[in-house]
Amino acid sequence: MTSHATISIEPAGIRWQAMLPVVAVVVVAGFGLLSSDYVVTVLGFAFIYTIFCTGLNFFMGYTGQASFGQSAFAAIGGYGSAILCADYGWEPLPALFATMALSGVAAVIVGFPTLRLRGHYLAMATFALGLIVYEVTIEWTGLTQGYMGYSGIPPLGIAGYELVTVKQQLVALVVLALFGVAVAARLRQSRFGRALASIAGSESAALALGVDIARYKLVAFVIAALYASAAGSLFAHFIGFISPEVFGVTMVVQSFAMLYLGGIGTMWGPTIGAIIVSVLPEALRGLKEMQDIGYTAILIFILIFAPRGLAGLSALFGRVRGRVKEAA
Amino acid sequence: MSAAGTTAASVPLLEARDISASYGHVQALKPTSLHIAEGELVTILGPNGAGKTTLMRALTRLTASMGSVFFRGEDISGLPTHKLARRGIVMVQEGRGLFPQMSVRENLIIGAYLHAAEAEAQMGTVFELFPRLRERIDQIAGSLSGGEQQMLAIGRALMAKPQLLMLDEPSLGLAPRVAFEILSTLSELNRRGIGILLVEQKAPLALKLARRVYVISLGKIVAELQTDEIKSYHDLARYYLH
Repeated sequence: MTSHATISIEPAGIRWQAMLPVVAVVVVAGFGLLSSDYVVTVLGFAFIYTIFCTGLNFFMGYTGQASFGQSAFAAIGGYGSAILCADYGWEPLPALFATMALSGVAAVIVGFPTLRLRGHYLAMATFALGLIVYEVTIEWTGLTQGYMGYSGIPPLGIAGYELVTVKQQLVALVVLALFGVAVAARLRQSRFGRALASIAGSESAALALGVDIARYKLVAFVIAALYASAAGSLFAHFIGFISPEVFGVTMVVQSFAMLYLGGIGTMWGPTIGAIIVSVLPEALRGLKEMQDIGYTAILIFILIFAPRGLAGLSALFGRVRGRVKEAA
Repeated sequence: MSAAGTTAASVPLLEARDISASYGHVQALKPTSLHIAEGELVTILGPNGAGKTTLMRALTRLTASMGSVFFRGEDISGLPTHKLARRGIVMVQEGRGLFPQMSVRENLIIGAYLHAAEAEAQMGTVFELFPRLRERIDQIAGSLSGGEQQMLAIGRALMAKPQLLMLDEPSLGLAPRVAFEILSTLSELNRRGIGILLVEQKAPLALKLARRVYVISLGKIVAELQTDEIKSYHDLARYYLH
């Protein structure tokens, strides 16, 4: 079958609006740099979670699978970096990459049998993975120091130069978060990313078109694990201390809230969600005992009026603007 | 339209020998054999629940099956579904199996997953067959009409450059005029050399397209007929009531 008629496979060029989130992130970070160390720390958490959720979005958003166990890989990253740097004197960056590699191998070993499951069964299996690693961090005191936690972890740095202030570290976290989002966006637009999207759309249709869904699910799971591991390592270096609670169920619930609030399956959803869920409780401190109620009410309000997340609103506005233009 | 130039000695495009499938303890497809010659358009007719979809899914390994399947003489029985697409066997599922949140363009691009370098040219061919898809190129697939969705499902399958296109009830839920339009396009594809295995409930439409028909009932093929042998629908009805 041949044809002389061709048409571009790419949509119309990237609009300048696509760069708005980058500007917004830089503005938020700039605001942080002019604020107290406390605000910087909150924003630092937000950008660490941006990295974690961007990876989770790969598996849950782009590929349409469920994972309640990504905290396990964050724990491997966090404890790996802590042990390698504090006990063995490694530089933070080599430790970060080494633990990412370890997490990747662990994800392959765990994912190969687990990803044969679907839906709720996959969710439960990954949840069990998170719980097992959580228990290991508590019980294997010789390695993790259990509930006592691990301290003395050096801050981020490279070639002997340490980022000693939280503001310096915030700049590094923003750069790394934007880099993580850019890599994810690039992969999403690739043939690989389209294959993942086809799995999310219909597994049987993807198979019929030649997509090896078992392999791609595993690769997506490994990518999510690499992001989670990096986030765990960065957390350890940013705070200088980790304990099992950091990588518990709260982390899973928090990351889900960020993903759905920001917009699962969208490029900027994890970033938007991570910033809002991290910053909002602090912004509501003035409500005192009503803080939790106010925070929950706002989350529910957003999810009711923006069920596809805040990042999904831009598509909605785009459609409305298009209709207005058509009507004019 | 049919295998005019083939001889008895020629190797079929697809041949299934004693293929069967079960759902738990229920044997939905009893051992069944069929073949499709190069460039042939064959229809499988049968009432609801006869096992038509199971047969298609068994042939493409979307459902676990027993028996042997050969493609141009090569045993492909053990191959998983995604590897069949690499051989040129592409299926359009019942219900279309579109990616509803994606645009027409994105659906088509994913169709060319195995032939990414030829995606643009292939898209031109699809738009030549279905000009309406070109008009809807940036529209979300889920917002298309039923007929347009079916066009997109077939167009997406064409992006995979099939040598054998298998379609499961493409006229399902469509107005007669739209169904006729889509099935006519299948006839055109067949003229271009693509082998087609079509599952249909609408006998009048199917009989207009194919020269050879398998009738399936209660999970097994009960008749293989040349369409010119069928003088009236009463000839078919007795198989439906088998």
